[in-house]
Amino acid sequence: MARLLRPRRVALALTVLALTAVFVTPLLLMISTSFKPTAEANSLDFTLLPREPGLDAYREILGNERLPVLRWLGNSFLVAAAHSALVVTISTTAAYALARLDFPFKRTLFAVVLATMFVPGVILLIPHFLIVNGLGWLNSYASLVVPSAAGAFGVVFLRQLFLGISPAIEEAARIDGANAFQVFLRIMVPLAAPAIATLSVLSFLSSWNDFLWPVFVLFSTDMLTLPAGLAQLQGEYATRFDLLTAGAVIASVPVLIVYIVAQRYIIEGVSQGGVKG
Amino acid sequence: MAQLSVRDVATGADARTRVASRRNSPWTAAAFLLPFFVLFVVFVIVPIGSALWASLHRWSLGLPGRPWIGWDNYAELFEGSTVTSVEFWKSMQATGIFTLYSAPLLVAVPLALALLLNRRFPGRIAFRAIYFAPYVFGVAVIGLLWRYLLDRQLGPVNQLLGALGLPDGIAWTTSLPAGWVALVGATIWWTVGFNAVIYLAALQDVPRELYEAATVDGAGAWRRFFTVTLPGIRRVLQFVIAITIIACANMYGQSALITQEQPGTATRTAIGFIAQTGIQGFDIGMSSAMSMILAVSLIVVSGVVVLAFHRMGEED
Repeated sequence: MARLLRPRRVALALTVLALTAVFVTPLLLMISTSFKPTAEANSLDFTLLPREPGLDAYREILGNERLPVLRWLGNSFLVAAAHSALVVTISTTAAYALARLDFPFKRTLFAVVLATMFVPGVILLIPHFLIVNGLGWLNSYASLVVPSAAGAFGVVFLRQLFLGISPAIEEAARIDGANAFQVFLRIMVPLAAPAIATLSVLSFLSSWNDFLWPVFVLFSTDMLTLPAGLAQLQGEYATRFDLLTAGAVIASVPVLIVYIVAQRYIIEGVSQGGVKG
Repeated sequence: MAQLSVRDVATGADARTRVASRRNSPWTAAAFLLPFFVLFVVFVIVPIGSALWASLHRWSLGLPGRPWIGWDNYAELFEGSTVTSVEFWKSMQATGIFTLYSAPLLVAVPLALALLLNRRFPGRIAFRAIYFAPYVFGVAVIGLLWRYLLDRQLGPVNQLLGALGLPDGIAWTTSLPAGWVALVGATIWWTVGFNAVIYLAALQDVPRELYEAATVDGAGAWRRFFTVTLPGIRRVLQFVIAITIIACANMYGQSALITQEQPGTATRTAIGFIAQTGIQGFDIGMSSAMSMILAVSLIVVSGVVVLAFHRMGEED
C-alpha cells in the first residue's frame, strides 16, 4: 500500500487518467449530444448530459428520405467487406508464391512491389479516376472495392510471415503427395490465420473510413458510403449538431464493435508495420 | 548390409522428392501470382507512368484532343500568373504549414506517450487500447465531431474556456491562426495513438540490460533516454518520421469537414485542390502536373529528413 502511494506512482496514475479523459471525453460528448432534443443540442446553454434524453435526432435522420443513412450503412458494409475479401485473397496467394514457389524474375518482381510502397499516393489519384472512368466504374461499388486493393502492403506483410514458417512442414506434406494448391490451402493458410485476420481487419477499416476517394467518385445519394454521406449531411445541416453527432454515432458503432472484438489484431498489425519498416 | 541399402534408398528418395517439391511448374506460380499482379499493373504500375504522361498533355474538358505540350503545364504552374497556379501554390502552402506544425508534434508526442505506456502499471494494455481508439474512427467521424466541439458559439471547447475565465469567442473553424490550431490539434488527438503503438513495439525490443548498464554507470533518466532509448529505436524513428510527413501532406478530410477550407480557401490543402481540379474540373493535364510537383516535393522532403537523421546517428 505504501509503495502504491509513492509520489511517482501517484503522478503516473494521474497522468494516465488525465490522458484517458482527453481521449474519451470528446467521444462521450458526441454520444451525449446525439441524444439531446434539437433545441437543447443547439442552445447556447451547454449541458454535459442531455437534460431530456431522447431519440429525436435518430428518428429524424432515419426518417429523412433524402439522407438514406441506413442505405449508406449497407453500402459501407458491402464495400468494406468486398474490399477486405479481395485484398486477403490476392495478397495471400501472391505472397505465398513470392515466399515459397520458384519462378523466373522472382526477386525483381518483389523488389518492384516493395518499391511502390514508397511512392506517394497522390500520384495515383488522377490516373485512378481516369481508369475508373474508362472502365465505366464511376459512381459504382467497384470503384471503391478494386483500385485500392492493388496496394503492396498485404503482399509484403504476408510474404514476411510465410518466409518465417518452417519449410519442413511444407515438405512433409509434399512427400505425402500434396500439390502446391493443397499445401497452400490446408497448411499455409491455417498457419497464417492470425496474420490474415489482421490484414482483413485493417483493410476493412481502411475501406470503411476512406474519405477523399468516395467523396469525389460517387455522385448519386444512393451510392454513398457513410463517410461521404456524413459530408453531405454536414453540407445540408451545417449547425444541427444533434443530427450531425447522431450521424457520426451511427457511423461509429460498427467500427467500435470491430475494434472491441479485434483490438488485438489491429494494434498488433499497426506495430508490426513499424518494426518491418 | 541390407539395412544400410534400405537407408540409402530411403535418403536418396527423400532427397529427390525434396528437389522435386521445390521445383514447381511455372503455371502453378502464375496461377498464384496472376490475380494480384493484374490489379497491381492496372492500378499501380500504369498509374505511376500515366501521371507523368498526362502531365505533359493539354487534356481538359471542352478542349479538343489532348495535344502533347511538353513541360507547359509545369511552366504555367511555376510562373504563377494564372488563377489556377495561384490557387495551387496557396494550397501547397496550406499543406506545407499544416505539415510543418503537425509532423514534429506527431513524431514527439506519441514518443512521450509510448514511453509512458512502456512503464509497468496495472491496466496498461487497456490504456493503450483507449489511447489508440480515436484512430479507428476515420476522418469523417472525427471531422464532424471536432466541427461540433470547436463551434464558435455552441461548441464545448469555447464553453469550457469561458467557464475557466479564458477568451471564449475564438473562431476555431473560420479564422487564422486558430484554424491551424484546430486542424493540428484534432489531427494529433486522432492519430497520436497510431504512432505511439509503433514506438511502443520498438521500445519493447530495446534490451533491458542496456538500461541497467547505463544506470550502473550513473546515467540519469535523460541520459538514458538519449544514449539508450533513442539509438535503440533509431530505425523506427526514421520510419515514423517518413510516414508522418507523407500522412500530413495527404491531409484532406480535416480541412474539408472542420474548417471547410475557411477562411476563404486558406485551409484548402493541395490534395483537395488537385482532386477538385482533376476530378470535378476534369483538367487532367494540369492536375497531373500538380500531383507530380506535390509527390516530388514529398520525396525530397522525406528524403532530406531521413538522410539528416542518418548523419546525426553516425556522428554520435
